[in-house]
Amino acid sequence: MKRVPLPRLALGVYMVALMLPIYWLVILSLRSNEDIMSQLALWPHHPTLAKYIAIFNDPTWVHAFGISLSYVAINTVISVCVALPAAYAFNRYRFVGDKHMFFWLLSNLMAPTAIFAMPFFNLYYALGLFDTVWAVALAHCLFNVPVAVWILEGFINGVPREIDETAAIDGYSFPRFFIKIFLPLIANGIGVTAFFCFMFSWIEQLLATTLTSSNALPFAAVMRRSYSAAGMDWALLSAAGVLTMIPGALVIWFVRNHIAKGFALGRV
Amino acid sequence: MTEKPYNNAAWWMVLPVLVFVLFSAILPVMTVVNYSVQDAMAANHFFWNSDGWFRDLLNPSTDIGARFSDALTRNLAFSVLALLIEVPLGISVALCLPRTGRTVGPFLVVLALPMLIPFNVVGTIWQIFSRADIGLFGAALTGLGLNYNVTQNAVSAWSTIVVIDVWHWTPLVVLLSYAGLRAIPDAFYQAARIDGASRWATFAYIELPKLRRVLVLAILLRFMQTFMIYTEPFVVTGGGPGSATTFLSIDLVKIALGQVDLGNAAAMSLVYNLITITLCWIFYTIMTQLDSRGDS
Repeated sequence: MKRVPLPRLALGVYMVALMLPIYWLVILSLRSNEDIMSQLALWPHHPTLAKYIAIFNDPTWVHAFGISLSYVAINTVISVCVALPAAYAFNRYRFVGDKHMFFWLLSNLMAPTAIFAMPFFNLYYALGLFDTVWAVALAHCLFNVPVAVWILEGFINGVPREIDETAAIDGYSFPRFFIKIFLPLIANGIGVTAFFCFMFSWIEQLLATTLTSSNALPFAAVMRRSYSAAGMDWALLSAAGVLTMIPGALVIWFVRNHIAKGFALGRV
Repeated sequence: MTEKPYNNAAWWMVLPVLVFVLFSAILPVMTVVNYSVQDAMAANHFFWNSDGWFRDLLNPSTDIGARFSDALTRNLAFSVLALLIEVPLGISVALCLPRTGRTVGPFLVVLALPMLIPFNVVGTIWQIFSRADIGLFGAALTGLGLNYNVTQNAVSAWSTIVVIDVWHWTPLVVLLSYAGLRAIPDAFYQAARIDGASRWATFAYIELPKLRRVLVLAILLRFMQTFMIYTEPFVVTGGGPGSATTFLSIDLVKIALGQVDLGNAAAMSLVYNLITITLCWIFYTIMTQLDSRGDS
């Protein structure tokens, strides 16, 4: 038998530990409640998709899933579009207050969201946006716009400034240069930024649930609602939890080679 | 490299960001400032309360002051503990990851998976996983004869929240360290091999200095996230038993949205935010200094 080197073994143990809670959720979602309560089992003996079917046939769940996806999408588009020119400006020019502005953006990213729950509620209520996807999409800009500026700035930093100068000499106007030449050069960076905006908006729940009440309830809030109703439906809760992991698992595959760079905010 | 050109017209490109973030940050903060200096008697009836809320909050002999300083201590202890586990663990795992090859992609995807799960679902996963009757973790610990009960026992509740945080966010440290490690040219390792450097010397003199920048970033992000932890303890322990896991954000939401005690909540928000901004500024200064020295 070949000896397994120690680092590989340690890595294997870590990966298993990382996956175990997720695996547990998946197998609970495939069992019935009676089965779950009767015994601990390491794999489902009588796997059933009943809970998934129940969720797909319930308009409340389906609607909530759509709500979650739509505010995440709106937020991602807004954040990336707004952040692109700003990230370019921060990287290519010096201007009055640039460093302070950059730090201020960062400080918003780090501010505890709990602080904003109550004032955001008042603000969006006054604007008549309460309980719409727009309230959540705009509220998430608080941290996603700074995230997008940071990551994009790092990626833009990797594009030599000579390219901008050459394009100017070749007679490109700035907007044409930016769209035709510059954006394709940082396409990877834009993809990674969009992924991170998606991720942070998708996992945030405190604001999403504070700013909605009935029409625009996000998926996770519907999960919480099903908590109290007639005891705990563990299997249903597990199935819903598994469904919330699917969008993330799908998009992450596309950026797998760049996530590490993205987490380092584009600079390594 | 030449200096960046000085051009104030660049402000026009930053303007959209400014508008969005002003709308999301300044307006709400002004509301909080407003509440923090007034006392709401009846609806829309406010009295000037000057620094009264702040004096109460920062004086540990008042009820709210004691509550705040307890939550602050608890939260700081939690953040430090989480960092002490996550940073060494994250670096070790990153060192074990293969540098190249076909397995890298799948490894990275699996590592990032916990971070893509909504916070409350993370809570649900662990709520189930740590139960003695239906959860593997809880059943295993109880099977070992430990007195493990998240809702009854403060030690269990605390350690569970720490384990959740380590499970959820160590991958962030791993990914950052891995990105830093991959940026080290092979020539450095070859030189170390020729010099006959031990594994430990290679780590201490080549890898660790190169990791400095990403590690500062990792510590900054992790510290801030643990300092504002909310959903996981909210779902798993509800801040209990007693107030054992009532961290700052949980306490704040309880005061603001639970008791609708606006003055106290607003003063607490501002002090809380001031602490995070100060800490953030310290990290940011360290990081920009590392950048300007070219330590990347």
